[in-house]
Amino acid sequence: MAAITKSPWIIHYDGSSCNGCDIEVLACLTPMYDVERFGIINTGNPKHADILLITGAVNAQNIPVVRQIYDQMPSPKIVVAIGVCAANGGVFKECYNIAGGVDRVIPVDVYVHGCAARPESIIDGVVKGLGVLAEKQAALASGETDPDVSGAYLFDPVSYAEKGDIENGDAEGAKDRSEAEEEAAK
Amino acid sequence: MSKRTVIPFGPQHPVLPEPIHLDLVIEDETVVEAIPSIGYIHRGLEKLVDKNEWPEMVYVIERICGICSFGHGWGYCKTIEGNLGVSVPPRAEYLRTILHELGRMHSHLLWLGCLADGFGFESLFMHSWRLRETVLDLFEETTGGRVIFSICKVGGMRKDIPNEMLKKMEETLRGIEGELHELADVFLDDDTVKSRLVGVGVLTKEEAFELGAVGPMARASGVNNDVRLDGHGVYGEIGFEPCLEETGDSYARCKVRIREVFQSIDLIAKCVSMIPDGDVAIEIKGQNPAGEFVGRIEQPRGEAYYYSKGSGQKFLDRIRVRTPTNANVPPLVKILQGCELADVPILVLTIDPCISCTER
Amino acid sequence: MTERKDLIQEFLLIEPGELLETALELRTAGYRLGQACATLLGDQLELLYSFEKDNVLRNEKLTVDAAAPELPSITPIYSYAFVYENEMHDLFGITFRNLSLDYGGAFYKIARETPWNPKFGGGEKAAAPSEDGVSSEAEGGEA
Repeated sequence: MAAITKSPWIIHYDGSSCNGCDIEVLACLTPMYDVERFGIINTGNPKHADILLITGAVNAQNIPVVRQIYDQMPSPKIVVAIGVCAANGGVFKECYNIAGGVDRVIPVDVYVHGCAARPESIIDGVVKGLGVLAEKQAALASGETDPDVSGAYLFDPVSYAEKGDIENGDAEGAKDRSEAEEEAAK
Repeated sequence: MSKRTVIPFGPQHPVLPEPIHLDLVIEDETVVEAIPSIGYIHRGLEKLVDKNEWPEMVYVIERICGICSFGHGWGYCKTIEGNLGVSVPPRAEYLRTILHELGRMHSHLLWLGCLADGFGFESLFMHSWRLRETVLDLFEETTGGRVIFSICKVGGMRKDIPNEMLKKMEETLRGIEGELHELADVFLDDDTVKSRLVGVGVLTKEEAFELGAVGPMARASGVNNDVRLDGHGVYGEIGFEPCLEETGDSYARCKVRIREVFQSIDLIAKCVSMIPDGDVAIEIKGQNPAGEFVGRIEQPRGEAYYYSKGSGQKFLDRIRVRTPTNANVPPLVKILQGCELADVPILVLTIDPCISCTER
Repeated sequence: MTERKDLIQEFLLIEPGELLETALELRTAGYRLGQACATLLGDQLELLYSFEKDNVLRNEKLTVDAAAPELPSITPIYSYAFVYENEMHDLFGITFRNLSLDYGGAFYKIARETPWNPKFGGGEKAAAPSEDGVSSEAEGGEA
């Protein structure tokens, strides 16, 4: 099983990104960056994959999908969150239909920065993730129980959306406006 | 009559980089009806006008889509500039046109690659994306970003691009023209490619108009509704003739986009030869949008609307973006009727769907 | 140098009752529907329909009460308007009569109902069950 870090297979899922990071992930596979030279292959089947690349924030609609993909992947596995949106929602953080970063739903091992993330940093993030993958593999081999189950990350998008009304939804928006009006009055 | 079956297509499907769902009603191998359903990645970013002041909103609008990002930034600036009643310096208009046409090349090459992947010609996909990297390098040299640049601001451009750099840009593009022709020959003359595209998914001129098709989708059917003809940017000054095809099949849609790649090089060359010197931005002080304005831009995928409404405050009342894929969904449903199940992925690709644009 | 047609901005006010008539007139005159959208202004919803012919825009505006917005659908005239009308239904809670392809509130998959119109539901699902029964059910099923 030592070969796993020499030839990791990846699966890519688009949360609710703007496409910027997605096309950069795809660009990694094309001749200019060519991640296949590291033995990395893009697969569409979660049961074949070792690394999950997620772009974009999660929303109520895709939380079950993300969980399902993650749970179907065999252990050891790692998650790489690509771009600012996957980390915490980024520029869309305050949108009413965004629930936040990927780590609200599943455990994330590596965060790749950037808006949009550059192919170099994506490759860097994946290579960094290989170290984590090797550690997890060693832990599993020594008989530790598998920590990677999404069930530990219970998150209710509906209650979040309702809370959002008060915390970062309309109420705050109205405050922004009224503050501006007060300033204008002065 | 044979039995009808409903096959769900998407939201996760190997040819779709983004989630869209179609319920395909099929009889044997023929699609009888297709019902689209979208909304998987709706973010609601138009509502961020309540939280961002109008000069900052441009960064949000640019992130509607990472492929036609520059066009979105330009469209937003255009509607706000129209709302304020200001006009930007001519050099800024030229720079915007150059970057927008460069964006069109990048988008069309990306699409050509995805199409090649869709009909199973992987080396063609790799070649398209290899040439696209040259365009992205030009973006990086001139603006600092590969896909999202934030170089457009209300009132002009954030920074100037020196004339020498523009000259070099033109030379680089002329340099890859030969390779682009080789690529185009495979798409347009190769028998295996033609067997997947010619006569597949025909949209007649009448249907294209009736169903409100826009962009290359409409032009492939001979409907001329290219927004660049309304004279925005410098298209009126440099002269512009849209690429039209008559047959309306997948091959025509592919041909329109290939012709536009070469047309973009010519338009950039014309802009570079005609660009005047001068400022690239005007200062806007103590003025807030207080009216309404509908701006239109010809995106790589077609006509896009940008509507802004303000009431003299720092926060706008409404920003509305209608993106081209939104208008091309009804024609897609039409061309899917009667097609073979195996052609569905190609037909979905030929409208060049951009779901993150559509759902905002 | 060609004329800057993009700077021609025409906004015409119409009554909600005149919508179908106007749409039919424009359709006969060869106009294409560009877009339709709504804006919340206080207690009123302002709807904007943009039509285009020969690269010149014509915008028709009308207002309806935000608490119980109801309008005839223009899909019998412009079939592709279903995209915009379903969107307005999901985001603003506007009911369109005779909508040719009605998604019943499931066009956009959102966690909150009518996020753009707090006066009408606005996230509280019990607010207007009688008018919006269909979409409440659909949204409730998803949540």
